[in-house]
Amino acid sequence: MNGSFEPEDAALDPGTAAARATEAILHSTLHGTERGVVVDSPPGAGKSTLVVRAARELAAAGRPLMVVAQTNAQVDDLVDRLATADPDLPVGRLHSSEANPYDTVLDRHPSVRTSAKAADLAGLDVVISTAAKWAYVSNVEPWQHAIVDEAYQMRSDALLAVAGLFERALFVGDPGQLDPFSVVGAEQWAGLSHDPSASAVSTLLAHNPELPQHRLPVSWRLPASAAPLVSDAFYPFTPFRSGTGPGDRRLAFAVASDGSAPDRVLDEAAEAGWGLLELPARNTPRTDPEAVRAVAAVVRRLLDRGTTAASERSEEPVPVTADRIAVGTAHRDQAAAVRTALAELGVPGVAVDTANRLQGREFDVTVVLHPLSGRPDASAFHLETGRLCVLASRHRHACIVVCRAGVAELLDEHPSTEPVQLGATVKFPDGWEAMFSTWEFWSRHRVPWQP
Amino acid sequence: MSLMTTLARMEAVAAGRAQPAATVRHRHLSARPMALVPLTTAGEAGAPLGALVGTDRDAPRLLVVPQPRDRDLRFAFLAGLADAVLPYLEGYADGVETEERKETDPETGKKVPVEVELCADAPQLLVPGAGGVEFVRLLGRSMRFRRTAEQDPQAPYPAPPHVPLLGRWLTHCAERARVPGSSMLLSMTDLLARHWATGQSGLEDQHLGALLAWIDPPVGESGADAALRVELERFPDAASSGEQAGLLRHPPSGPATDPVFDNRLLAPAMARFDAARSAVERRDAERRIRELVASQLEPAWQLLWRGVDLLRKLPEGGHVADRWKRDRWSYTGHRDRVRAGEPPQPKRDDAVTAAQKLASRETAQARLEAQEALDDPLVMAARRLAGEAFAGEVTEVVMARSEGRRPMPRPLVTVRTDDRPHVNDGVRVFRVLGDKVQSAEFVAYEPDGIVLRLTGGMGQGKEPKPGSVPEEGDRLCWTLFEHAPRGGPALPDPEATPWTHGGPPPEGTLVADAPDPPTDEDLL
Repeated sequence: MNGSFEPEDAALDPGTAAARATEAILHSTLHGTERGVVVDSPPGAGKSTLVVRAARELAAAGRPLMVVAQTNAQVDDLVDRLATADPDLPVGRLHSSEANPYDTVLDRHPSVRTSAKAADLAGLDVVISTAAKWAYVSNVEPWQHAIVDEAYQMRSDALLAVAGLFERALFVGDPGQLDPFSVVGAEQWAGLSHDPSASAVSTLLAHNPELPQHRLPVSWRLPASAAPLVSDAFYPFTPFRSGTGPGDRRLAFAVASDGSAPDRVLDEAAEAGWGLLELPARNTPRTDPEAVRAVAAVVRRLLDRGTTAASERSEEPVPVTADRIAVGTAHRDQAAAVRTALAELGVPGVAVDTANRLQGREFDVTVVLHPLSGRPDASAFHLETGRLCVLASRHRHACIVVCRAGVAELLDEHPSTEPVQLGATVKFPDGWEAMFSTWEFWSRHRVPWQP
Repeated sequence: MSLMTTLARMEAVAAGRAQPAATVRHRHLSARPMALVPLTTAGEAGAPLGALVGTDRDAPRLLVVPQPRDRDLRFAFLAGLADAVLPYLEGYADGVETEERKETDPETGKKVPVEVELCADAPQLLVPGAGGVEFVRLLGRSMRFRRTAEQDPQAPYPAPPHVPLLGRWLTHCAERARVPGSSMLLSMTDLLARHWATGQSGLEDQHLGALLAWIDPPVGESGADAALRVELERFPDAASSGEQAGLLRHPPSGPATDPVFDNRLLAPAMARFDAARSAVERRDAERRIRELVASQLEPAWQLLWRGVDLLRKLPEGGHVADRWKRDRWSYTGHRDRVRAGEPPQPKRDDAVTAAQKLASRETAQARLEAQEALDDPLVMAARRLAGEAFAGEVTEVVMARSEGRRPMPRPLVTVRTDDRPHVNDGVRVFRVLGDKVQSAEFVAYEPDGIVLRLTGGMGQGKEPKPGSVPEEGDRLCWTLFEHAPRGGPALPDPEATPWTHGGPPPEGTLVADAPDPPTDEDLL
């Protein structure tokens, strides 16, 4: 890894360490001489808070600011946070001209102006939109400053289309999440510094290696049980720690276990923060009906047993309701199958989605259908570290992995065989290695499923 | 691999022969394609060994390099290839029609219609497999920067005339082949595998002989047996098959050769050529090598044309001509660049060109997927099975209108279907309506079907245009994907490349790439 990560003092308490990192980032952004600043943020490390704070301070310093996010949901969320934090700050939400282009929640904020035309929002302190919409903005005076949010999810060619709009920028993102992808082959550009299918940050740093790189050292989302595994497996060179200690987060059940596999895996997850519900080894279609039923059963029992969560946020344990639970899958058809299975069990309101769509979201408990479950092969798609990292880092309390047995054997039979591309940066950790280390860890929390 | 493809492959295994994966032909097939079967030298990347080339299946032209490591002989081969291929490639340059296109007027900045030439047809190169496409690309790369004596009298090893030009054309074809749905340079194995599903893996499908054995097995033999035989069968011992002993009975379709052939026959023949002292010896040795290379090329030549015959039996898909027109635009564009005296394509794309190519290929991919589904019920069935489309009968139509100052018709249509599409709130769906597209949005699941709200295709009036609202009993097919995906936003000019991507390229590098400087490792 190149770059200039400031050494972190492990002796500092998490709050102080995080505050120092934030100060250093804001100092680079407001007073630095370089055109760009890059901030790496592990899951739940307060990236959105940082973006809101940086935006407010830049605006306060009299520097008009454009913010680039990747999806409309991210943009709406940012505008809402910004307007809530500072109701007097004039914020523009640039949106598409399609029907229902933005979340109507924004209409509650009098300081937020919405428009499909950039010219209508000229002069506002902060203007926020998606990269896709910014790419159509032309013939405007460039902004002095920009914040590019989720920059590791942004493709290099998307940055190319918008980089002419700003002079300097703060790039914020999570390097461990899913890389951007292309539906057509892009091998012919592999290894070029401006490979259009690479992430915006890799292109930026390849051309501007001197830019200061910072990172946020503390995950406030992940519990003490999860941070070490996620950090070791997915961020081996940029470790982070949990903002909470062991025992700060507790799950409890009003109803005792009935001895069934779903109940036992719930008990294990409440105890250890992780649970692995292992189905018998078998090659299955993607929408493995048995695994889908197992996922649904775990969610059903989680709700039926009156689960409560105690954390640093409140004195009293809080009920874990359906909206605090998520199910994560690798494929859309798997998510659809789980939704159907949950509907049959009469469970509404649980978020069921693919890793791509769960990025950036947070829940108390997650149930994950392992990407390699039941597969006869381990393709590059299924081995992608980012996919597993997203699935394993959405929870505040516990994560339950549902999988067919035999992942270790499958991995042994499918060593990485991707062609080596000259000049391309080798991505660490390797997906194969991350799959193996997480699998080994989860195996210690295994509960076998008897159908 | 989609579930449908998996099913088709399992059916192929059960039936012992390939199953149709399409009911129409999804690629343009020229009335007069040029077939090119190249062979390369083992262990010597980019050193051609020989080729069969031509538009007449009964009269291919055989080109052979008796000693591929000899630069002069290689140039002679390339000159021969240029002689055979260039007239064909350039033969479509003058038959033009005119098209109206909107262009930005540099003075007013407004879009104004202009008349431009479009070549009425374009050349089509067919190679046996994906390796052939790569080899065409490699040939193009190795030729386009060469200098002829005319271009540069100082060049140490001047290339024969036309060789750099052929390099530029082959580069264009190979680059175009990366655009999904394009048909200027096609590999026969890819073409056949698109239209038939065999009972073997995708990797095995790259063997043209085995693939054809699955699709069209000999009478009395199953496709699986025939494919295995074609892949592995070798001539028996020397007593019964002479010098062919141990060779593959069905040589691979190139560009790589059978190693046994290389070792037992080709290497000694080349050694004889190298050792030849007299013109007669040399001529005899060369004739021998020509015979050997021809023996490896001819089977692939026949297989390739057999594939053409099979594909010609399929009717052409409805949108194929639309995609071929884009190939014709690309052909016309390259013709114009050559005529304008522009330099050859650069070694590497700059940031803006790379991003533009990626964006246009992604659009082409989306367009191809949509058009194939619309052209072919079998492809649409796969999309329906994947939850990306649904077909059903209209059970109810309720007139409704939008709110606002000028209420527009927004009828609610209930469609009963056995498909299980991935629709939820806000999802837009599309259907073909005449030569237009009608859009609708998902409203709700009802016991008797999926309720949709029509949002377009009904004209601008207060009442919907006649025939634009479906009626009870109509059978409709809705897709969750757009039928004509649009391209992305404009990118900056290469001269305005932003600082994040390295800034504008240094003066001069945009125009021409200098040839590679010779290094100590350049032994040839």
